[in-house]
Amino acid sequence: MWRGSVAVIVMVASACGRLPLLAQSPTYGLGRTPAADEIKTWDSAIGPDGKELPPGSGTAAAGREIYAAKCASCHGRTGKEGPYDVLVGGQGTLHSKKPLKTIGSYWPFATTVWDYINRAMPYDKPGTLTADEVYALTGYMLFLNGVIRENDVMNAKTLPQVRMPNRHGFIPDPRPDWKPRSGAEQP
Amino acid sequence: MIHGMVDHPLIFTMEELKRLPSVSRIYFIECSGNGYRRRDAATLQEAHGLTSCSEWTGVLLSLLLREAGVQKGASWLVAEGSDAAKMTRSIPLKKALDDVLVAYGQNGEALRPEQGYPLRLVVPGWEGNICVKWLRRIKVVDQPYMTREETSKYTDLMPDGKARQFSLEMDPKSVITFPSGGHKLPAAGFYEITGLAWSGRGAISKVEISTDGGNTWRPAELQEPVLRLAHTRFRFAWQWDGRETILQSRCTDENGDVQPTLAELVQARGENWGYHFNPIQSWRVAADGSVHNVAG
Repeated sequence: MWRGSVAVIVMVASACGRLPLLAQSPTYGLGRTPAADEIKTWDSAIGPDGKELPPGSGTAAAGREIYAAKCASCHGRTGKEGPYDVLVGGQGTLHSKKPLKTIGSYWPFATTVWDYINRAMPYDKPGTLTADEVYALTGYMLFLNGVIRENDVMNAKTLPQVRMPNRHGFIPDPRPDWKPRSGAEQP
Repeated sequence: MIHGMVDHPLIFTMEELKRLPSVSRIYFIECSGNGYRRRDAATLQEAHGLTSCSEWTGVLLSLLLREAGVQKGASWLVAEGSDAAKMTRSIPLKKALDDVLVAYGQNGEALRPEQGYPLRLVVPGWEGNICVKWLRRIKVVDQPYMTREETSKYTDLMPDGKARQFSLEMDPKSVITFPSGGHKLPAAGFYEITGLAWSGRGAISKVEISTDGGNTWRPAELQEPVLRLAHTRFRFAWQWDGRETILQSRCTDENGDVQPTLAELVQARGENWGYHFNPIQSWRVAADGSVHNVAG
């Protein structure tokens, strides 16, 4: 009985916390204002300045074991072997005949690594990693690519400050980028 | 959910979204990886199959953004799906306020699961990947979020090692659908060549056909109505003399942008790219009537 009461009280409190404000869309009076915790639950996309990064931390050293258990079967023992996306290496190849696009050679922002691991990995169980695990795995990827040291602590403050090797490798698209040859036949 | 740099964050149920003023519009959606430098594609489906054209029904995103009240300083939004990877793309606010649809209907029925049921974005004329399916969230922000799909993927390396990013509009493209790879013409004589043309920057203004490997070009007939940002059917009367030849189509859009040859694209972009692959397609008709892809 006592336990049951506690449960009811907790549920009521939780419901109160979720009570929406009455505001609706101004023209049509539809929709409702999400509660702060509803927004927080979904607001997981991490921009380049990292302001949405959650608390937590990790190092490459900690990431090594998690990687071996949850990532290596797809990406290879050291991130170079595949069979799926190669994650490590390739620096200096982007202008060659066989460019190798990896986190180290291609990805312009470390925040994207955190964001993508967090939202989409591991492939068979996306969304199951803790924030600490994601920081550790991100750190391990950056360490394997020579971007940080093995014991550098990755957290909401340090990760956005990591400068990726290909940070300035992207240019806006200039299309249309070609013109028909002069004198092209006009029927 | 719409939130971020807005005056009133809002959550709508599907029922509420369907009560809002709606529009129905016909647009193509093409994956920017359609034909991704495939030299081994035998058939039309393999070479060009990642495009389609539908009537989409939904609410204009601009209406929802007006209801939420976009704040000064906002310039992009982040759209997120509810698939397993919660696929995320950044979209310039200018486009979002122009013609982007939050669609729940396709060709008069609810979206099918693989098309994003119950809700998806349709970003007219832009690469298919940005038309986020299973849409659950729009966050209004002040910069692109550099998601995996717009950095690691959907970018194209140029010869100098720099990558073009945010190549969002689909370039003018056309393809002959009949006769095409895998078909067999039974005998010499009359055939109607037909195919599709489209451009992410407007309406198709002209399609030309060559039945002699690009030496001469003659205009095809365009099926009315010719809609902006939609597939346009073209037709061309052809007498096949029974000898081996190459069939090609070349389209021009309302801006005067012309579909290029592969050689022209390679000259402009080098060899290390593959998205937004829109060269003139060549089909070789052999003397026995069999039709084959001419690998670029």
